[in-house]
Amino acid sequence: MKYIEEFQDPELAQRLLDDIRATVTRPWALMEVCGGQTHTIIRHGIDQLLPDEVELIHGPGCPVCVTPLEVIDKALEIASRPEVVFCSFGDMLRVPGTDRDLFRVRAEGGDVRVVYSPLDALRLAQQNPDREVVFFGIGFETTAPPNAMTVYQARKSGIRNFSMLVSHVRVPPAIEAIMRSPDCRVQGFLAAGHVCSVMGVGEYPELAEKHRVPIVVTGFEPLDILEGVRRAVRQLEAGTHTVENAYPRAVRPEGNPAAQAMLADVFEVTDRSWRGIGVIPDSGWRLSGRYREFDAEQRFAVGGIQTREPAACRAGEVLQGLLKPHECEAFGTICTPRTPLGATMVSSEGACAAYYLYRRLELPQARVNAAAAGEASPVV
Amino acid sequence: MCLAVPGRVLRIEERDGTKMADVDFGGVIKEVCLEYLPDLEVGEYAIVHVGFALQRLDEESARRTLELFAGLGILQEEFGDPWEAAVAMGRTAGGAETGVEEVRR
Ligand code: SF4
Repeated sequence: MKYIEEFQDPELAQRLLDDIRATVTRPWALMEVCGGQTHTIIRHGIDQLLPDEVELIHGPGCPVCVTPLEVIDKALEIASRPEVVFCSFGDMLRVPGTDRDLFRVRAEGGDVRVVYSPLDALRLAQQNPDREVVFFGIGFETTAPPNAMTVYQARKSGIRNFSMLVSHVRVPPAIEAIMRSPDCRVQGFLAAGHVCSVMGVGEYPELAEKHRVPIVVTGFEPLDILEGVRRAVRQLEAGTHTVENAYPRAVRPEGNPAAQAMLADVFEVTDRSWRGIGVIPDSGWRLSGRYREFDAEQRFAVGGIQTREPAACRAGEVLQGLLKPHECEAFGTICTPRTPLGATMVSSEGACAAYYLYRRLELPQARVNAAAAGEASPVV
Repeated sequence: MCLAVPGRVLRIEERDGTKMADVDFGGVIKEVCLEYLPDLEVGEYAIVHVGFALQRLDEESARRTLELFAGLGILQEEFGDPWEAAVAMGRTAGGAETGVEEVRR
């Protein structure tokens, strides 16, 4: 119990753990969908506090990690143009494209800015009418409404020097794809709380029924995760598979209807390729016809992109829960946050970054020595 | 990136036809769009993601979350200078020169 004192309410944490221990009778594999939850789990050692029977498999819910390499390369190309002010959330800065990242583009003279909100990018467009302001619109259902509102306002205010490079992704089709995979070991899901704050829980009963898996809407704090696990394990032991909301303080069953209406207006569902995973049908959003003129891909015809992933990177398997980050040969040796081979090593929600930040010291000594040797040779 | 932080509404006003508010996140004040929660009132709490209020939150749980986030340095990560954060991330790799600092300007 080396971490439990660090919980906000250690007594409650202990009670939840005791309940899980008293309930569980055989092995179960649960997937936490969201990378933010993965970070909480690894940071607080929740996977190590849980009884051995309960395994947490880390899911693909890191928008930075799953943004396709081709889109990253397009972003780098657009950001390099002299007339462009390229705006992004901070997480994207160090995501490796085929041969550079946004940090490098900025060093080479590109005007790359980090914004807190997409509305900041729109304001930049208003203030700089002679520049083309492009916003990198990525994210799950939580981030899509802010980005949708920004495009809506650009159109309403007739701001023509603004556009968005859109690569939005949706959670339910990803759950569907994971359950269909022949290698799937997942028996229950902790669904991402803030996605459900927007979308509600209506998309999940069908998935739970069809695949006979419990789905528990779960928050991001250590106690939230324990409660989500507790409820999922109870269902698995009882042989039920319903949708439960373990995060009612931030999730209403209907979600946020105003945000959903905006999404339906500004975006339309499309097939989307996920980095390292491949195309998942209906798993993305792109700008709908009414807003197509704000699509940066159309405005800046970026073609002829040849993408190349480092052969050693196994982020695709990590994102599908088939491999734990430290099982990747490159982890902590040639791949570190300083020399990342995959986006999962630099995103604040990436599983490889979580293991590196909180678990690196648990690597076997042989690996650490190899890492020291690896430092000497430059890594591309 | 999907992090949403609870904040308390300090002031509400229309700006360019959009409902905006000043919101307090444990001492950091940010401008937040209220279009998705138009009936939110001064003094109430909401979870805020990239400058948008997305769902109401009761005061008790909002305070607890803010306390936890402050203790873990998460507020600093969310509202600090992102360029600094990227440099710091390079530094966690343990090297003296990060290769990131050089390209800052
Ligand atoms: S440790 Fe690095 S190389 Fe291995 S999967 Fe993660 S990002 Fe890719």
